Amino acid sequence: MLRGRLWEGIKLYEEESIGSSLMKEYMLKELKNGRRIDGRAFHEIRRVEIRPGSYTKSCGEAWLSLGGTKVLVGVSADIGEPFPDTPEKGVMVSNVELLPLASPSFEPGPPDENSIELARIVDRALRSSKYVDLDRLAIAPGKLVYLLFLDMYVLDHKGNLADALTLATVVALARSKIPKVSLSSDGTPIVMDEQIPVPVSDPVINFTFVRIGDYILLDPSLEEEIASDAMITMAIDGQGRVCSIQLRRGFFRDVEIKKMYEIAREKRKELMSSLEGVLKVGQETT
Amino acid sequence: MLYVEKKPEKLIDENGLRTDGRRPREMRPIKMEVGVLDRADGSALVEWGGNRILAAIFGPREVHPKHMALPDRALVRVRYNMAPFSTPERRKPGPDRRSIELSKVIRNALEQAIFVEKYPGAAIDIFVEVLRSDAGTRVAGITAASLALAEAGIAMKGLVAACSIGKIGDVIVVDPGHDEDMWGDADMPIAVMFEDRLITLLQMDGPMDESQFSEALSLGMSCCELIYELQKEALRRPFVFVERKVVGGDQTV
Repeated sequence: MLRGRLWEGIKLYEEESIGSSLMKEYMLKELKNGRRIDGRAFHEIRRVEIRPGSYTKSCGEAWLSLGGTKVLVGVSADIGEPFPDTPEKGVMVSNVELLPLASPSFEPGPPDENSIELARIVDRALRSSKYVDLDRLAIAPGKLVYLLFLDMYVLDHKGNLADALTLATVVALARSKIPKVSLSSDGTPIVMDEQIPVPVSDPVINFTFVRIGDYILLDPSLEEEIASDAMITMAIDGQGRVCSIQLRRGFFRDVEIKKMYEIAREKRKELMSSLEGVLKVGQETT
Repeated sequence: MLYVEKKPEKLIDENGLRTDGRRPREMRPIKMEVGVLDRADGSALVEWGGNRILAAIFGPREVHPKHMALPDRALVRVRYNMAPFSTPERRKPGPDRRSIELSKVIRNALEQAIFVEKYPGAAIDIFVEVLRSDAGTRVAGITAASLALAEAGIAMKGLVAACSIGKIGDVIVVDPGHDEDMWGDADMPIAVMFEDRLITLLQMDGPMDESQFSEALSLGMSCCELIYELQKEALRRPFVFVERKVVGGDQTV
């Protein structure tokens, strides 16, 4: 029953098995020697490859691979009414699709708790860091605003979807353009030919850690995710502040959480220096 | 559209008091009662500020559907649900994205405390119903569900106590109320299994720098400790009467 699905899938909760406990033993042995099974250092991020969409039907796209985890994020826009409790802000809607082609344990159907959690992790990071300036997405405050839809597609699940999706979304938004809308004298919207960039600020980056035994590892691979005792994701903004946290599985001690925050802050600086090029379009707007 | 929330002018006034008159490190009044439902295996009612939360446990019991059963441990399921009348504006009944996510993190927070290996093949169903909501429903829900688990006699490593920490401007406040939840700058719910000081739920929303974060984290631990003491008191209370009869009972009867 377990054989085919042993190593796959985010449904860790149902899928722990004898196989994963053997794998965990092996991992712990290697970690004791200061090695991860793929040869990385404990706080080393896998290779990131980004292909921002150059020709897109939507407002913007980004394809990203994080050590083989492949995701594609599309940004679409529309105009409509704001939410009644935020009449002066644009609307942003996030959705994650765990496509059945990404893992044998993903099934078609309405979003499950994992896909909802992932979408909310990305959404919270963007919102609490104010990455997208929603105030500037209001056209006629209280009446008409831009609606931004962030559709995140998981194409190949090899661990750490949260970080891959967040980074891809940040890049896609930085490079997105939306049609300019002005208002006629009687208040009806006129859609112009001119395209304007989505107003974004300093990128927010999510960092996912797992704990295996007493070892804290950054950017877990799928095997590490499955063998892990606990998993947490935290978002760091341009000022090194922590913007959102989600303890996703297991437990951590308070000293471990403070330590991970420190590591994440350092790693953000490191990552940003290599990202400047891809984020260029967005940088020009701020 | 009948109920539009109005933002208060200031969340903290010139005397350093919050909109409901509390000081930054003052919690709202909390009331806990265990064993409030007859049919459930364990239950608890928690009133925390304006929150009114009912938790019930069914199990360990047979798993339905059967294929969900785990051969080596109990299946823990959580349903967090808000009543349509728990907020001024009616909520659509049934689970939304928020409550599905909360059910998941609450399940993790409580599962860490249960000896799941003791009940292979069984289900432990935890229901958290928010009857009236006033900010901090997830932490009040965890506090209630943990009491209900204990009352159901489920083998546990410890009680899980939970509390929220907020930020208004640069001030870290404990147990944010409704206004602070709506318009505050950050919110950090935390749940702790106190016997070993293990954090089993941690979420955060809104930026904090390093010193604010470590202040919030240590305040969160202290608040949970306070809740933990109350939980122990609430669990003991139904038995106080019995205890008195045995120890100080009238010898002449």
